Amino acid sequence: MTRAERTCARAWGLFVLCCVAACACPRAAWAHKPSDAYLALSVSGAVVSVRWDLALRDLDDELGLDRDENGTITWGEARGAAAAVAAAAWPALEVRAGDGEGVLCTQLGEAAPPAIVRHTDGAYLVLRRELSCGAPPRALALRYGLFFARDPQHRAVVRVDSGAASRSLVLSATQREARVDLADPAPGRRAFLTMLREGASHIAQGYDHLLFLFALLLPSVLARRPGRPGLVPVAGLRPALLDVLRVVTAFTAAHSLTLSLAALDVVRLPARLVESAIAASVVFAAVGNLRPARRASRRRWAAAFVLGLMHGFGFSAALSDLELGRGALVVSLLGFNVGVELGQLALVIVTVPLAFAARRTWFYRRVVLGLGSIGIACVALVWLAERALAVKLWP
Amino acid sequence: MKHLGVRRWRVGIRASLLGLGLTLVVAAATRGRSPDAVTTPTADEEVLERLPTFTEGKRARELRRLRAQLAANPSDLDLAVRTAELGIELSRASSDPRFQGYAEAALAPFWRSPAPPPVTLTLRATLRQSQHDFVGALEDLDRVLARSPDDVQAWLTRAVVLTVLARYDEALVACAKLERRTSPLVVAVCVETLASLTGQAVGAYTRLSTAAAQGAHLSPPEAAWVASTLGELAVRAGLPDAGRAHWRRALELEPSDPYVLAALSDLDLDTGRAPDVVARLAGREDNDLLLLRLAIAEAELRAPGAEAHAELLGQRFRASRQRGDVVHRREEARYLVALGRDAGDRARALSLALANWEVQREVPDARVLLEAAHAAGQRGAAAPALEWLARSGCEDPTLRRLRRELE
Repeated sequence: MTRAERTCARAWGLFVLCCVAACACPRAAWAHKPSDAYLALSVSGAVVSVRWDLALRDLDDELGLDRDENGTITWGEARGAAAAVAAAAWPALEVRAGDGEGVLCTQLGEAAPPAIVRHTDGAYLVLRRELSCGAPPRALALRYGLFFARDPQHRAVVRVDSGAASRSLVLSATQREARVDLADPAPGRRAFLTMLREGASHIAQGYDHLLFLFALLLPSVLARRPGRPGLVPVAGLRPALLDVLRVVTAFTAAHSLTLSLAALDVVRLPARLVESAIAASVVFAAVGNLRPARRASRRRWAAAFVLGLMHGFGFSAALSDLELGRGALVVSLLGFNVGVELGQLALVIVTVPLAFAARRTWFYRRVVLGLGSIGIACVALVWLAERALAVKLWP
Repeated sequence: MKHLGVRRWRVGIRASLLGLGLTLVVAAATRGRSPDAVTTPTADEEVLERLPTFTEGKRARELRRLRAQLAANPSDLDLAVRTAELGIELSRASSDPRFQGYAEAALAPFWRSPAPPPVTLTLRATLRQSQHDFVGALEDLDRVLARSPDDVQAWLTRAVVLTVLARYDEALVACAKLERRTSPLVVAVCVETLASLTGQAVGAYTRLSTAAAQGAHLSPPEAAWVASTLGELAVRAGLPDAGRAHWRRALELEPSDPYVLAALSDLDLDTGRAPDVVARLAGREDNDLLLLRLAIAEAELRAPGAEAHAELLGQRFRASRQRGDVVHRREEARYLVALGRDAGDRARALSLALANWEVQREVPDARVLLEAAHAAGQRGAAAPALEWLARSGCEDPTLRRLRRELE
């Protein structure tokens, strides 16, 4: 194993350990929340797939699932009541293609067998059904009326996905109907632009990501002197730009990969671990600049890739705060990523030409690269301590 | 040279592949742990849900019975009122808002009539107050009081709502209306709470203590209410130990009252007693108010599970936002101030605290606004709370400390 591999393996060993610890945490109790049902409609051609999550508590209140009246609902009780639930629930939901008096979308084939999902306030029965609207609908008109008589505070949290676009709305006792326009192609583009702005503003405020990249870019305008210790300024712009390209591409590939993994819910890591790992990566990048042998190492792109993996998880935390719909996820993800890249590009455009111009000066070698890296390492060490120990060291 | 370059590439690629491989291993290990994954349980005996008849016991069964009776006879006013009152009581005791929904359903038929019975409007005011519709609550109370100016409950609720809105002069008028219409102790609680907020913290505490000592025999819920008010007034007068004693007394009477548990935990957090908070609130994660305090205490102690609790709380705030609720803005702002990760969280905390201040203006609302402004480094944003602090003359020690820190 080379040194790079060993360092990388050590960092990841710690990372994996922390993940295992985080997954071992017990799941805490349910919250109390007003009654909600979650309704997801996915439009594909003339077919609307409906998934409807109904709280077992609400179903028990309406239909009395608790057969043995012992105050608990078992899977047997829920499964046994599934047919009664379907009979009571489906008439309370009306999906029409087009405007108010459009074509009623009707059941297509068999309903899926009942299943269970957990939301923040407990277990929900999942009803699934496919509806056919005859022709691909340009708009959907929804009418909803479940549970309102027994609990006027009940709401349906609705999401309608079609193609890349996703819309969210809430139906309540006072707002039982909604019309969703599917013909409007703009939501996809709007989602992309919104997320592009979010991505750019996230990187503009994310000093840790910028400092990481900055530290990795500083030595790009220097090269090792063949056969002798020390560094010399690169002769021309080309080798410097090639190096910048390698570092930026590696960083981008890595964080795009982990951002996608996290956003698609393939993997989730505890925020504290991710934030600490990001701070550590900045320390690592800055300290690397202080070691003469590695200063101009052409392997910095590998560091950018390996450490960049963690930055992707960091971006995903910001993304999950923005609450994306499933349908728009890919478009949003792309928009967010492009926003982040634009932010990065701005940093490159500002720093690289200046660094290139100043590369021959003592000031650049000693003050910018030397003291600058020390400064970055110090700042990142404070972050690391703050994040790992959850303390506040500066305001 | 050429050979060396190729070797460097190879090493870099190997290091990258190793990192990537490990990421995929972690991904595989944590896959399927997504909390909203659809599952099909395998055993019929698997318990999926505990109902309130199990967790809340007798009173929940009683409510169920009343609702069943009411369903058969929805125009029975007396039955509807008893159902709604029990629902409101249960929602307070358990912080479970579904009980408020049931109370609302019981009264809804009467609200549709052109002249709803006053008692149903007073109860609607209470429900609207819990949903932070303070303006709607005052409208209901005005309608009740226009028809029955002797309605004690309506005046008391009006005083409470006006206090939340920091309209202290009008609240005092409402308290004065209680005079000779109800027990002197209730009047004292009403009046001294206002005095304690408006520059007479020590006097208000002393007077209410005297009134409580002279008070007639109180039912346990009344005694708990007086004790919890005394606790609040004591803390505001700078007497944390006395406050703690009153709240402990209140908990002896109503052991699981979430508001008193939250108040006592806040005092403990302010006085460096985070371990007490963890001991008290472990197992009360069902309640958002209490989970918030627990998560803050655990984060302070760097306890295992702190991160999981903070994450859980974040999910609950998201769920609440999804349904369009705004009643948790105070708590969410505090959550983001205390447990937020970055500048974005601190900015969001400040905007939530500001929006919350537009709706409710109690001491904790002022506090979270001052803290959020401080955390976001935007001192100017705290102006509305500082202005209120100066105008009211509120002497709360924590608010005064925060004001000094901001200046």
